[in-house]
Amino acid sequence: MANDVTTAARAAAPGQIFGAEFAYELIRFLGTLALTLLGLTFVTFVIGRVVPIDPVLAVVGDRAMPETYERVRQELGIDLPIYQQFWLYLTKIAEGDFGTSAMTSQPVLHDLFQYFPATLELATAATLIGVLLGIPLGVVAATHQGRLIDHVTRIVGLIGYSIPVFWTGLVGLLVFYAWLGWVAGPGRLDIGYDGLVEPVTGLITIDSLLSVDWDVFKNAIAHLLLPASLLGYLTLAYVSRMTRSFMLTELNQEYILTARAKGMPERRVIWRHALGNIIVPLITVVALSYASLLEGAVLTETVFAWPGLGQYITRSLFNADMNAVLGGTLLIGTIFVCLNVLCDMLYRLLDPRVRP
Amino acid sequence: MKRLLMGVCLATLLSTPVLAETPANTLVIAKAIDDMVTMDPAEIYELSNSEVAVNVYDRLMGLEIGDMKTLVPKAAESWSVSEDGKTFTFKLKPNLKFHSGNPLTADDVAFSLQRVILLNLTPAYLLQGLGWTPENVKEMAKAVDPATVQLTINEKYAPTYILNLMSTVTSSIVDKKEALAHEKNGDLGHDWLKTNSAGSGAYRMRSWKANDSVVLEANPDFRLGAPKLQRVIVRHVPEGATQRLLVEKGDIDIARNLTPDQIKGIAGNTDLVVETFPKATVYYLGLNQKNDKLKNPKVQEALRWLIDYQGMADSFLKGQMLVHQAFWPAGFYASLENNPYKLDTAKAKALLAEAGYPNGFDIQLDTGNTQPFTGIAQSIQSTFAEAGVKVTINSAEVKQALTKYRARQHEMIYMYWGPDYLDPNANADSFANNPDNSDSSASKPLAWRNAWDIPEIMAETKAALKESDAEKRKQQYLDLQTKLQTTGPFLNMFQESEQTVMRKNVKGFFSGPNSDLVFYYQTTK
Repeated sequence: MANDVTTAARAAAPGQIFGAEFAYELIRFLGTLALTLLGLTFVTFVIGRVVPIDPVLAVVGDRAMPETYERVRQELGIDLPIYQQFWLYLTKIAEGDFGTSAMTSQPVLHDLFQYFPATLELATAATLIGVLLGIPLGVVAATHQGRLIDHVTRIVGLIGYSIPVFWTGLVGLLVFYAWLGWVAGPGRLDIGYDGLVEPVTGLITIDSLLSVDWDVFKNAIAHLLLPASLLGYLTLAYVSRMTRSFMLTELNQEYILTARAKGMPERRVIWRHALGNIIVPLITVVALSYASLLEGAVLTETVFAWPGLGQYITRSLFNADMNAVLGGTLLIGTIFVCLNVLCDMLYRLLDPRVRP
Repeated sequence: MKRLLMGVCLATLLSTPVLAETPANTLVIAKAIDDMVTMDPAEIYELSNSEVAVNVYDRLMGLEIGDMKTLVPKAAESWSVSEDGKTFTFKLKPNLKFHSGNPLTADDVAFSLQRVILLNLTPAYLLQGLGWTPENVKEMAKAVDPATVQLTINEKYAPTYILNLMSTVTSSIVDKKEALAHEKNGDLGHDWLKTNSAGSGAYRMRSWKANDSVVLEANPDFRLGAPKLQRVIVRHVPEGATQRLLVEKGDIDIARNLTPDQIKGIAGNTDLVVETFPKATVYYLGLNQKNDKLKNPKVQEALRWLIDYQGMADSFLKGQMLVHQAFWPAGFYASLENNPYKLDTAKAKALLAEAGYPNGFDIQLDTGNTQPFTGIAQSIQSTFAEAGVKVTINSAEVKQALTKYRARQHEMIYMYWGPDYLDPNANADSFANNPDNSDSSASKPLAWRNAWDIPEIMAETKAALKESDAEKRKQQYLDLQTKLQTTGPFLNMFQESEQTVMRKNVKGFFSGPNSDLVFYYQTTK
């Protein structure tokens, strides 16, 4: 879809100056963002009001006096008609107030700033691992189609896809942490290192580098390695399979035949020409899997006691803590839209056909 | 895969500094603390924050390690009650200090009790029961002089009831100066106290990161002497299997949420010790009396004989639940510790036939969607089926099941109840109390939720609450429990016990029957 729109944009603006196109793109981006977020907020809001959990219960609990219950009900605005509630929520958001989470007693924004970096760190490391290993594996599998390495890759992919991460997480911990002691245990840091570096970005690896604290950095990596590898394995399974099938299609194209006939070295044919041509769809694949990791991987987070977004949103949902759910949903929506735009920009950088 | 392994190996070379042990002066506890939503004592009513609060705040009265039956003065030195039983006078211990360095005075105590009523948050109902309102509370709970607090109540109750209320987390003593220094829009410091502490307990709360960790720092001036360990860190580790690995490896000192299976798994490990602490939480099956079948006393009796109490307690609930068939838990004042019912299908069939259901009937059962709820519900389903009662299980999030329960839309529900304080009234007030059985009733005690209209039994509950002769009162509660054991909608089944796994060098950790009786200050390692 993004491709269509960019092509349309190009057709509508041939020869125009760069600034105009940039402005158009910016408006289009903001428009998409606003519409997506509005739609998301509305749907989430409605779902939040029809779930069979009493949101007042999440705040006051099971035994409060009727007066307390009624007061909180009014504070939450649940006695108002739903469209009024929605409007109230929107006006508050416009002022930058996402409300307070009933589950943490903190403003939702504060919570998101706390939990999102943990997820960002994990998702980024996982995606890096998955992409750096998955793409070469997929390419090799495609060029050795039907041979042992191909079968191995496919089985590796299948396993990564079909075994629940909950299980691999526990087994991974048992083997690499408990038995072999190669990696550190659950959590983001050992107790002794906690709170040693000043949180700037919230990403412990980055923060420890910023304050040049190698011990904390190493410890953070030791904690990150296993969960990121396991999530990265999932990404790898997906990316390698997609790479393989893209490559197979590409290797059957006539231009590859031509290149080979002209005597171009095989390595150049595969890694430069064929791979070069599948980069654009691959970016979409990677971006999508990255985005889904950024939503937070609730099972992995639970097993690894990783204080991330997945646990936060899941728990808020179960407790009908709608401010937190809405805040989290908006954040994820923004991430999706931004990643989409980033992909658009990357397409242009990598695909000469889409360049203005 | 090879590359993945190589990557792992490579990266581990880089990552040497993994501390093998926890720091010597720090106790590290792994626990699911995602229920912790506030640290203001006027608002706390969940389990994890009650536990932190008892280590951070002191109270007038309470139970101390070693005796979980006798209420003793804590911050108070002595107490007395007036002739008419309506005025309680507490003398404070001298030289008590808050973490801030401010002296702990009667004014702080009065302020702490008043703000519970004035803020009117969830646990306010505990003190509202004394007839305290926002209008009168400044008169009813007041400082007479810096060392004397005077509490007045509207009716005469058994004195233990009042003393028990003064031992709850809700009656924690807050540093008035500190709280008011952080006051915003007349909130009596509520917003600040949600995430900070101003107490005089064994520890000061250094930080609380929701769903992540709580860090406590020893208070050298604590009333009972400085805690043995300088620091306590409670880490949020939601998954029992993960806690098990951590404690086996020595990265934590204590694991709190292991399932019976996981406990079994560590049986041979000589580095670990498993300690069992009895709890006061009771689990019961509730029968909605709006349902004609469940209203039939013969059916109720039949169902009591259709549960495999001991079978469950000996198998998948081993160490986690004890059979207990009364609404007030075993091991306390006025506990009824007989367990007359066991699985007896023949007897149950006969009773069902007498009731007019020789072939049983279909019925719904609501409960939580985690263990032990699901396992217990399945056991009930299979034993009920032996007498033809076909149970459909609806498992859902506990909050969702509670929403349905509070709307009286269930047929049967398997739930739990933990007393707010260790006086039988804490449970009788809900199991055997239903002032208004109409759908629009404002209060929703357990008897109401099961639509059990019981004016006579309610009168007995009231009488027991007011009886000041302890022996007589005890008999009243025993009678009440026997009555509810044999009739009515509550099939009390189990009482919980906590199995805590500790590294063998950890000594003195104490987990009492309630979450606000878990003390860290005597722990050494």
